[in-house]
Amino acid sequence: MRYVLLIWHGEEHSEPPEEIGAWPEHQAWLADLETRGLRQGGARLRPAATTKVQVRDGEILVSDGPYAETKDLIGGFVLIDCEHLDEALEVAAGHPFAKFGTVEVRPVWE
Amino acid sequence: MGVSDAVQAAVAEAFAAEWGQVVATLIRVTGDWDLAEDCAADAFAVALERWRRDGVPRSPGAWLTTTARNRAIDLLRREATGAAKAREAAVLSRAVDAPVEPDEVPDDRLRLIFTCSHPALPFEARIALTLRTLAGLTTAEIARAFLVPEPTMYQRITRAKKKIREAGIPYRVPPAHLLAQRLNAVLAVIYLLFNEGYTASEGADLVRHNLSAEAIRLGRLLVRLLPEPEAQSLLALMLLHDARRPTRVDAAGGLITLDQQDRSRWDAAKIAEGLRLLPATPGPYQLQAAIAACHTTARSVETTDWPRIVRLYDDLLAIAPSPVVRLNRAVAVAMVEGPAAGLALVDELAASGQLAGYHLLPATRAELLRRQGSYEPAAAAYRDAVELASTDAERDYLRARLAEIEP
Repeated sequence: MRYVLLIWHGEEHSEPPEEIGAWPEHQAWLADLETRGLRQGGARLRPAATTKVQVRDGEILVSDGPYAETKDLIGGFVLIDCEHLDEALEVAAGHPFAKFGTVEVRPVWE
Repeated sequence: MGVSDAVQAAVAEAFAAEWGQVVATLIRVTGDWDLAEDCAADAFAVALERWRRDGVPRSPGAWLTTTARNRAIDLLRREATGAAKAREAAVLSRAVDAPVEPDEVPDDRLRLIFTCSHPALPFEARIALTLRTLAGLTTAEIARAFLVPEPTMYQRITRAKKKIREAGIPYRVPPAHLLAQRLNAVLAVIYLLFNEGYTASEGADLVRHNLSAEAIRLGRLLVRLLPEPEAQSLLALMLLHDARRPTRVDAAGGLITLDQQDRSRWDAAKIAEGLRLLPATPGPYQLQAAIAACHTTARSVETTDWPRIVRLYDDLLAIAPSPVVRLNRAVAVAMVEGPAAGLALVDELAASGQLAGYHLLPATRAELLRRQGSYEPAAAAYRDAVELASTDAERDYLRARLAEIEP
């Protein structure tokens, strides 16, 4: 089964991908995923630059950010292919951001 | 007893003993929770008819599992429009031809216990699913037990099954490195069931009483399948509490506190079983069971080993800190060192605000103040407790205590 991990974190974590990529923890996590052949894709997102689009009554509405109230942002995603949820949860728990943010595990509808 | 009554009794007995096993095996074989339950229900209906004609089989569990499996194959074949479904039915057919290994049966129920308690499911759904699939309670019965409308409970169970399927929650006993944590989730479900049944006032709702009995049955099953110290401790704890059940309320449904209970009416067999089960390995349930054992083995409140109870609470706080445990510890300290020492701890807790709104905080304060002879503040605390208490039995008890000290 495929799962998308959504990486949520607070505004204070605006580290660029190169910096995160240099964390030994992150490197170990990624290397493990690659060895096991679980990772199918993913990217670091620029969380503070989100723009929201809605079409209502034929009109395109564009505004800043999906959630004006919250300070939590989706800072990245990873697509993995696992045997079952427990395996996906272990992968999620290993993501360095799980220690201070939240990793959401969403099954792909397929 | 007529033949038909005897058969009915045999089916009822088989339902209590085998329902969970039949469902658990069918889920493993078909991977479909609804189909498993439907086919299990059908098998019991067929049993009523066949056993009347042919007699009760030597192994009702195996008979029921085979009958349910055959029913599942029939249904899958009938639905088999595409090649994939036909293949599924063919695979199932081969699975049925294979003899039922006695060893795989308990494994299936253990798989079911762990899957129903998976932390990815909402806590309330875990409880409902456990009662439905393992204990065979109907959705209506579970709804009644938890005082929610039946459609709400139906939806809760349906959503949980959907999540198991769609999120890919595995049907398995967790591997060693996850076992301790996952076992805790299982134990939490069973203990909540027990408490739901235990704290309900006697006679008010028989279904709630049954929840305690179901919890003990599940506890026994778990200990048989997985004799881990904390599972044994939880069963011991439930038995030691349950032994006191008949003495906890009077004929009118009024609460009787520990010091007033008729200890000669405590269930000696349950106490003995609880003590026998209690392991030496400390853990949250083991310590709570050890405390319950101190109470159930004492002849009176006065001769209870309170210093040991204080030590056990200290150990419990060290591994599972909780304000309720601190409150209970304060009561034990008051028994050892006098009400003033207990009051100091209760006041400290009250100041922390952690138990705001919990009626047993002012109730405990009231009891200790009264023991000290401070009747006026005690009366005020009793009144606070009455305000916060949630059941009639508790309010009546507190009002009676209040009346005793009011001028």
